[in-house]
Amino acid sequence: MAKVKGDIVVDIERCKGCEVCIAACPVNAIEMSKKVNSKGYHYMEKVNDNCTGCTNCAIVCPDGVITVYRVKI
Amino acid sequence: MEENITKENIRKKENIVYKKTNLMTDKVLSYCPGCGHGTTHRIIMEVVDEMGIQSETLGIAPVGCSVLAYEFMNIDMQEAAHGRAPAMATAMKRLMPEKYIFSYQGDGDLAAIGTAETIHACNRGENITIIFVNNGIYGMTGGQMAPTTLPGMKSSTSPYGRDIVTMGNPLKITELIAQLPGTYFVTRQAVHTPANVRKTKKAIRKAFENQKLKKGLSFVEVVSNCSSGWKMTPVQANKWMVENMFPFYPLGDIKVDRELVK
Repeated sequence: MAKVKGDIVVDIERCKGCEVCIAACPVNAIEMSKKVNSKGYHYMEKVNDNCTGCTNCAIVCPDGVITVYRVKI
Repeated sequence: MEENITKENIRKKENIVYKKTNLMTDKVLSYCPGCGHGTTHRIIMEVVDEMGIQSETLGIAPVGCSVLAYEFMNIDMQEAAHGRAPAMATAMKRLMPEKYIFSYQGDGDLAAIGTAETIHACNRGENITIIFVNNGIYGMTGGQMAPTTLPGMKSSTSPYGRDIVTMGNPLKITELIAQLPGTYFVTRQAVHTPANVRKTKKAIRKAFENQKLKKGLSFVEVVSNCSSGWKMTPVQANKWMVENMFPFYPLGDIKVDRELVK
């Protein structure tokens, strides 16, 4: 069976920590970081390897901070 | 094979499946965290990008939270006086009939001060696209009651909830203009989940294509949240919107191909 593996890159400085992406992720691959960016917002980050590159987080992100990559393995 | 998949192998240019469109500028959006305006801006720009009409599209920014929309959309834009965007869109379309003209308005702009301009532009059936973002509140000025505020909903000028006896009924302007013969496509969508964002994008694409085919006025309402005005976190605000806004403002197409959807 063809499997896919995804990865995301977050523009940390533009993230406002609204957490809408976390509600949208079907595989619970993202969480809020304990660290903050220069504006004082907790930013989102990928915490495990469940990501399938489905782009849901990037599609709902109001600030467009997420770039999604996907490969077939 | 699986062992070879490292971060460096995945993060290659050819593997990108989603990236912020280049038609959004790199400026940080002035909106609150979780605001639907950012998503709506982005999907409009994605539609313009996909249709390849960047140089032929003219946008009109309103007064309200999205007053700085021209800073974020990398296309030619014009700022309108409060509520007058449909009147300006009419003029621009008549002067430049081959351009794609859209106005981007909030509920205070479109449904309060700009009601006359909106209704008459819709009744004339101008060949333009109106994007209407409805969050039931005046967000920019501090969460005052808007015509679209729900009955019983608290705002800074209705701290005990909107009382319809003294403050009047909420205005369903989208249903109202769907009754006018000039409108061709009227729909109501939302941007709080990936599925809804995709549907909204399709609706906006259809609205722009109608303009190309000279069909008449297309009107897309986007029900949005206002986490700051509603005094909630963005995720709570989205949940509140699903539970309270959607029963009053049901999602879906209201008028397609000049015929009301039953």
